[in-house]
Amino acid sequence: MTEPLLKLSDLKKSFGALKATDDVSLTLLPGEIHALIGPNGAGKSTLIKQIAGGLRSNSGTVEFAGRDVTPLGTVARARAGLGRTFQISSLAMEYTVLQNAVLGALGHDGGVMRFFRPVMKNRPLVDRAMAALVRVGLQDQAAKRTADLSHGQRRLLEVAVALTLEPKVLLMDEPMAGLGASGSKRLTGFLDDLRTQAPILLVEHDMDAVFALADRISVLVYGRVIATGTADEIRRDPTVREAYLGAEDAA
Amino acid sequence: MARETLLNIVLFALLPVTALAAFMLDEPFVITLVTKAAILALAGVGLNIALGLGGLVSFGHAAFFGLGGYAMGVLASHAQSYTPIMESPFLIEGTKSMLVIWGVAIVTGGLAALAIGALSLRTTGVYFIMITLAFGQMLYYFAISWPAYGGEDGLSIYIRNEFPGLNTLDPIQFFAIAFGVLAIVLFIASRLAKSPFGLALSAARQNAERVETVGITPFRLRLVAFVISGAITALAGALFADLNRFVSPTMFSWHTSGEIMVFVILGGVGRLFGPVAGAALYILLEHVLGGLSDFWHIYLGLLLLLVVLFARGGLIGTLAGREVAHD
Amino acid sequence: MSLLLLIEQVLNGLQFGVMLFLMAAGLTLIFGVMGLINLAHGSLYMVGAFAAAAVAGFTGSFVLALIAALAAAAAAGALIELLVIRRLYDRDHLDQVLATFALILIFSEGTRYIFGSFPLFLDIPAALSGPILLPGGIYYPLYRLVIIGAGLLVAAGLFLLIARTRIGVQIRAGEADREMIAALGVDISKLYTLVFALGAALAGLAGALVGAIQSVQVGMGEPVLILAFVVIVIGGIGSIKGALVGSILVGLTDTLGGVLLPPLFATFMEPSSANAVGSAVASMAIYILMAGVLLFKPSGLFGGT
Repeated sequence: MTEPLLKLSDLKKSFGALKATDDVSLTLLPGEIHALIGPNGAGKSTLIKQIAGGLRSNSGTVEFAGRDVTPLGTVARARAGLGRTFQISSLAMEYTVLQNAVLGALGHDGGVMRFFRPVMKNRPLVDRAMAALVRVGLQDQAAKRTADLSHGQRRLLEVAVALTLEPKVLLMDEPMAGLGASGSKRLTGFLDDLRTQAPILLVEHDMDAVFALADRISVLVYGRVIATGTADEIRRDPTVREAYLGAEDAA
Repeated sequence: MARETLLNIVLFALLPVTALAAFMLDEPFVITLVTKAAILALAGVGLNIALGLGGLVSFGHAAFFGLGGYAMGVLASHAQSYTPIMESPFLIEGTKSMLVIWGVAIVTGGLAALAIGALSLRTTGVYFIMITLAFGQMLYYFAISWPAYGGEDGLSIYIRNEFPGLNTLDPIQFFAIAFGVLAIVLFIASRLAKSPFGLALSAARQNAERVETVGITPFRLRLVAFVISGAITALAGALFADLNRFVSPTMFSWHTSGEIMVFVILGGVGRLFGPVAGAALYILLEHVLGGLSDFWHIYLGLLLLLVVLFARGGLIGTLAGREVAHD
Repeated sequence: MSLLLLIEQVLNGLQFGVMLFLMAAGLTLIFGVMGLINLAHGSLYMVGAFAAAAVAGFTGSFVLALIAALAAAAAAGALIELLVIRRLYDRDHLDQVLATFALILIFSEGTRYIFGSFPLFLDIPAALSGPILLPGGIYYPLYRLVIIGAGLLVAAGLFLLIARTRIGVQIRAGEADREMIAALGVDISKLYTLVFALGAALAGLAGALVGAIQSVQVGMGEPVLILAFVVIVIGGIGSIKGALVGSILVGLTDTLGGVLLPPLFATFMEPSSANAVGSAVASMAIYILMAGVLLFKPSGLFGGT
């Protein structure tokens, strides 16, 4: 068996009496898309934050590329190669699309303490940024202000910025949300190719996309992983059917 | 964009044109006013790097302005009384050289900004405003209660400091120095805004989470911006002290911080030439309204209130009619 | 340093702290409920002092002067809330700082226009003037003791108001969740005006009480305002308890620092320079205190995270 790139062991996080993450262990293997599904309030976003470094876990460890990154913060984990897209687009809204992508390339480059040469005339940076925009199909919007992008385009820009970081692993929090049918179909195709470059831990509500893409699926309910397996295994799993459908009905 | 550029050129040219006209008409007082506007604009350019680019609402920039002023006052007063500043462990003497004084002011202002920034940038929002205000006030009280350099009365310097090849006591020549410094710093600030550092700093203002996610620490960006900002404002303070040939704790007062901020706002936050427009307008108002009424601060207050409530882009924003350009 | 002098200075520090609390409580309340930073709070302090001095000058009554201070400051507060401040709740802090800075300019120059540049004096009422003998043989000005008592009484009243009354419930709800209390049908703009006027009245009261010890002049509120900011940074924004603890800490540090530091420095320095260095360091003592708190608790002693 190949070594996992990302390995969570016994992660816990509680807010007062609420156990948002309850003993979660899971792995992400090279080349795979591992989908994380679960009803609203299951703790998916909390878990993503714990993995990305924005939220300290109460206990447990996060190992990334064979190294324990538990004590590291967001910045250090990003530098180590953990790319991330947000559930609600998190971009520099006053900037152009290209500037946002250049920011990503700059972050990857690490040469942020340079004070004199115009960054938008730095060919290697701009080329890498542009290449990322081309990959998500935003090259024609490069000069547009990010605030003027449609919701779906912003999601794509998030993915492009993550790509400029040349991440070893991608965490994606509901990239399909608000994309519309054709948009999510295109993104599905794109993510399908992307997995060979970097495996993806995918939080997603769009079940068509999840079942089409995921090599493995983990089901999170009330902060616990109740099942992990292939799409077929998950479909057949009685506990999943009960917990998930029951919870869906209740909601 | 083109309109703003044109406006910037006109605004910038207005200073030397006015100074030259005053020189022809033999109105040295007007030259001094324009010089004051250029120096205050410089202080505003410094603050604008923290405020406009970095989104750091510092209400304590008087600290750096005052430190620059006192750097000049201390060095020049020792030089004029021929007493060394200290003798052990090594000898440090005063100086009348502007260039040396500027260097000391920049370093002092930068170091103070490093210390104040390292503490205040641990917080954000209202805390940051109140803490920078408090640190400025701390230096104000220190300057008042420290008797060695005049205490509350301040320090007079009898002869303006020296600049190689120029007669600094001639108003138009001193204006040329101040304007030259302003031009150089504006150039540096414009490059800074477009540099990798400027891109990341301004992004951190817009969305700190985004910057962290690409592996950049906002704190470091902000601290460096604060240091550069403080150093420039300190340089302005040294020039301001030289203009008046006088330093006093007033340079540290929180009104000074407020005024520097007012230049930036009147002109337009985050616009390269905003502080130039703001400082020029401020001096003009002070002169015109101050001539009409002893209570001209009421009108200044009303104007500021109107700008904040209704004209958020400031003077340049209103005239150029466009949001801040970030490219 | 004699023990008696030390006790006297502790009382002075307490009195200073209690007055700071009246300022800081209003500031922190206004920030907690409305999310507004109000630089013009010092102007309301000044308004209270001037109203008190003017009315005392006309009528000779200190009680009427205090009532006038409360009324004038509350009215001025309500007025600026209605005209200016309420347009600032949705703005960023920079706009709030600038607009309230503009209000300071208007208030200060307006006051100078009406009352002139010379300081006014507000006399301590005859019944409260002169020293009183405390147990232990300390003579201490009665008026200052009354101020401490009055300040603590107001503090207690404020805690009761917030803990026990309907308005208090609304204020606490407003701090926790602004949308919620609007949804519950509370007239939020009325509540905001009320809270602002309440904060203003506290500031005006402080101005009048202190005005009888110091002179009443334009700009008197600004140093106090900045000290109140230091108090809030130390205590934690939005916390009345933090404001009380912070006020007492700042009051004691400032007063005792001025008395204790010069002799302390004299133990290892020449007397002449010890005095200079000591008083210079003393002038910075509260800011050093603030920096210390920031190092360990960036959101203040009683602030949330």
